[in-house]
Amino acid sequence: MRTIDAQGLSCPQPLVLFHAAIKENATDPLDVLVDNEASRENVSREARNHGWKVEAIDMGNGTTRLEIRK
Amino acid sequence: MKNFLATTPGIIVTGVIIGVLASVLQKYGNPANMGICVACFGRDVAGGLGLHRAAVVQYLRPEIMGLVLGSLLAALATREFRPRGGSAPLVRFVLGMIAAMGALVFLGCPWRAILRLAGGDGNALLGLAGLGVGIWIGTLFFKNGYSLGRSSTQGVAAGVLFPAIMAGLLLLYFFFPQVEGQAQSGPIFYSVKGPGSQHAPFLISFGLACVIGFAAQRSRFCTMGAFRDLFLFRSTHLLLGIVAMLVAAFAANYLTGSFTPGFAGQPVAHTDHIWNFMGMVTAGLAFALAGGCPGRQLFMAGEGDSDAAVFVLGMLAGAAMAHNFGSASSGAGIGAYGIHATLIGLAVCLVIGVLNLKKA
Repeated sequence: MRTIDAQGLSCPQPLVLFHAAIKENATDPLDVLVDNEASRENVSREARNHGWKVEAIDMGNGTTRLEIRK
Repeated sequence: MKNFLATTPGIIVTGVIIGVLASVLQKYGNPANMGICVACFGRDVAGGLGLHRAAVVQYLRPEIMGLVLGSLLAALATREFRPRGGSAPLVRFVLGMIAAMGALVFLGCPWRAILRLAGGDGNALLGLAGLGVGIWIGTLFFKNGYSLGRSSTQGVAAGVLFPAIMAGLLLLYFFFPQVEGQAQSGPIFYSVKGPGSQHAPFLISFGLACVIGFAAQRSRFCTMGAFRDLFLFRSTHLLLGIVAMLVAAFAANYLTGSFTPGFAGQPVAHTDHIWNFMGMVTAGLAFALAGGCPGRQLFMAGEGDSDAAVFVLGMLAGAAMAHNFGSASSGAGIGAYGIHATLIGLAVCLVIGVLNLKKA
């Protein structure tokens, strides 16, 4: 399982990391950890726009795990 | 929880709100093509506090306080308020200074560039082109691993201090109100003539800015992000927001007879094409490296981001220096040291960019 830790990173870095990951492998599942709403919305929107399904799991302490699947 | 303003229709609504309310603020007394400008109003706040003594641009603009406190309100209401910081604060302070100095060579932040264009000021095209180029240079850094490092969760004080400073400015405004024809009230300076003397009544300035702050916090409206996301990801989400702002402000200006196309004689603007362009290249790169346009930095500061607050304080310091050093432009043209400030600022941004590349 691939996991990107985007906690504490400001825009556009979570999206830059997401794009690098899907460029490397466009089918395998991917988890992205985010700790603010703007990043959660941005990564989810971008993933859906690229044809992925996104599920957000609240991890507590303000952290969300975005489970991004084809 | 569904956040309507973060959707595509939501960002368009936010753009329309900012464009229309800017035109309303102009009708109620704010300077022409300057309904709401974070760089200009930050400069006026610096002047109101006496950090610079350019007598024509001194006024504690309640819009600045309203934008931050509106965002704070939205963040509190949606449990998004989170004190955070610690991502290269000094670098962000310097980027804020450079951003303000570059913007004051052009005479406006990206918001005002849009409002100037919506009012018919052709010089804004040069500024917007420069802004795009500056942000594009910024995206090259991001593509190569540029990062100012992670922020971390901070204590409550780090998050509430900046909104508290804004509340403090409001108190100063009330305790030392403007006296007709007087340039000073207690420790606070008030322009008697010039752009600083032109302002809407307090309740309109503060109230409308709160509305904008609330909507922009929810929608993440950002002019820098609009260009950046287009260049980096071919994403048009934020771009739709600024296009909506431009169209709405244009329509409002047109309907109220405030649209006067041309280059010469535009309000609080000069026609030096090269430095209108270059000033915004420098500012655009500084915004990109710091992760937000001046407005967005205010909104993030309102939701507890002390790194964004440090950027805003850097902008206040930079605006004060721009007037003390004579690098700020005026309607008559660029300042004596405007070219120096633009080029040195650009060079410092490039060095900051290179030194923060993290790719192996």
